[in-house]
Amino acid sequence: MIQKMKKHSFLFTELVKRDFKKKYKRTILGVFWSVLSPLLNLLVMSLVFTQFFGRSTPHYTIYLFAGNLVFGYYRESTNSGMQSLVSNASIFKKINVPKYMFLLSKNASSLINFGLTLVVFFIFVAIDGIAFSWRFLLLLYPIACMVLFNMGVGLVLSALYVFFKDIQYLYEVFTMLLMYCSAIFYTIDGYSPTVQMVFHCNPVYVYISYFRQIIIDGVIPSLPYHLLMAAYAALVLGLGFFIYKKYNHQFLYYV
Amino acid sequence: MSQTMLKLSDVSIRYMTGDFKSIGLKEYVVRRLSGKYHVKDFWAVNGVSFEVNKGEMLGIVGKNGAGKSTLLKAVSGIMEPTKGKVTLNGTVVALLELASGFDNELTVKENTFLRGALLGYTRKFMEDAYDDIIAFAELEEFQDRAFKQLSSGMKSRLAFAIASFVQPEILILDEVLSVGDGAFRKKSEAKMKQILASDATTILVSHSLEQVRSLCDKVLWMDKGKQIAFGPTKEICDRYERFLETGIIE
Repeated sequence: MIQKMKKHSFLFTELVKRDFKKKYKRTILGVFWSVLSPLLNLLVMSLVFTQFFGRSTPHYTIYLFAGNLVFGYYRESTNSGMQSLVSNASIFKKINVPKYMFLLSKNASSLINFGLTLVVFFIFVAIDGIAFSWRFLLLLYPIACMVLFNMGVGLVLSALYVFFKDIQYLYEVFTMLLMYCSAIFYTIDGYSPTVQMVFHCNPVYVYISYFRQIIIDGVIPSLPYHLLMAAYAALVLGLGFFIYKKYNHQFLYYV
Repeated sequence: MSQTMLKLSDVSIRYMTGDFKSIGLKEYVVRRLSGKYHVKDFWAVNGVSFEVNKGEMLGIVGKNGAGKSTLLKAVSGIMEPTKGKVTLNGTVVALLELASGFDNELTVKENTFLRGALLGYTRKFMEDAYDDIIAFAELEEFQDRAFKQLSSGMKSRLAFAIASFVQPEILILDEVLSVGDGAFRKKSEAKMKQILASDATTILVSHSLEQVRSLCDKVLWMDKGKQIAFGPTKEICDRYERFLETGIIE
């Protein structure tokens, strides 16, 4: 197993390098832009929504940023992951490589972006006068869950995209709906407990909410909450690997 | 007696074809409901059995569409045999249609490392062998150029160089010796002979009977997926040559 990982680590780094170079076309501004664009998004949203929700929600900018941060990572990671099989078809048709490596390398670039945005997020947190606490370290847990969850969704989507090219457009619509259902710019406090329960069926909301509870409310969510996050990740990841295993030798007929 | 490195027993591969490619989900549902969804399949490889021993070179001959490349894909693990069994006794490096799978945006150097990684070499090996690979491919002046600026001959030369520098236990070459100009072809044949001398087991697909005669120890002849003959080079090549002239399988 370790031997295998060592063998693949060279492939992994070379693929990450390739994806990174292709994405940013070797420009410094490219990386800068990928941090700037969520910030601009945040700026517009806070201009628009502070009037509506900002008055009743404490630290509204951070509240909004947490939502954008998590959702942006989810969206970028799954959208780029969706292409990973099709765009590398010419390789896996000729060379026997583990196909999930292509997805992993795409996910690595999204994770780097997420990391950069996270740094900016903490700067905002400091500016907003929220005291840093040891509890912030707990955020590593939802981040780990998100990495796995996004990977799982990426696996499922990339496989589907091989079979059905219009998944791309359907998924675009789905992401938009998901964004509205993730309580990024509003709070769910006003809803009845039943509706609030329904929100927790949305994994992205669950991850966002963890960030907010730790940073803004300063409370550590319950143990079941932690388990729920891991369960979502495990479920999707399991499904993804199942599909890859089942269709491993059939992808090449479709591309 | 030398060791058997590769054994295929009654390998068959059913190939899917039809109008399922690049239809969307909506179209798929509509066709499924209206009963117009058709997947045809045919046996691209049908009951092939052979054995190759350590240090031998097997030649595969046959017309286009005989199933040669599909068979090689099964050997290299890209495809799975529908029936039968492929038994490998070592690491495989497959070179199928060499020049494809490179990335046009990356430089020659980056592509070399990426290809090396894809073929399963270690970083250390690539760092050691890089200069030799570039020298062999005669691309010293092009290392930092974008790959798309190379001519197709250069691309194939690079691909051949990268692949031939490993010492795989089993090496698969699909129409790769016909790359480059005359001078490079001589060089690549010399390299091939060197690999052969180093005890590697090789499978060579070639349309050049001359090449097959001069390099291979055994020959497999395929036609329309079926195995027509498998045996010593001279005998099979003579029969295949007569078939090419008369069109009758003896």
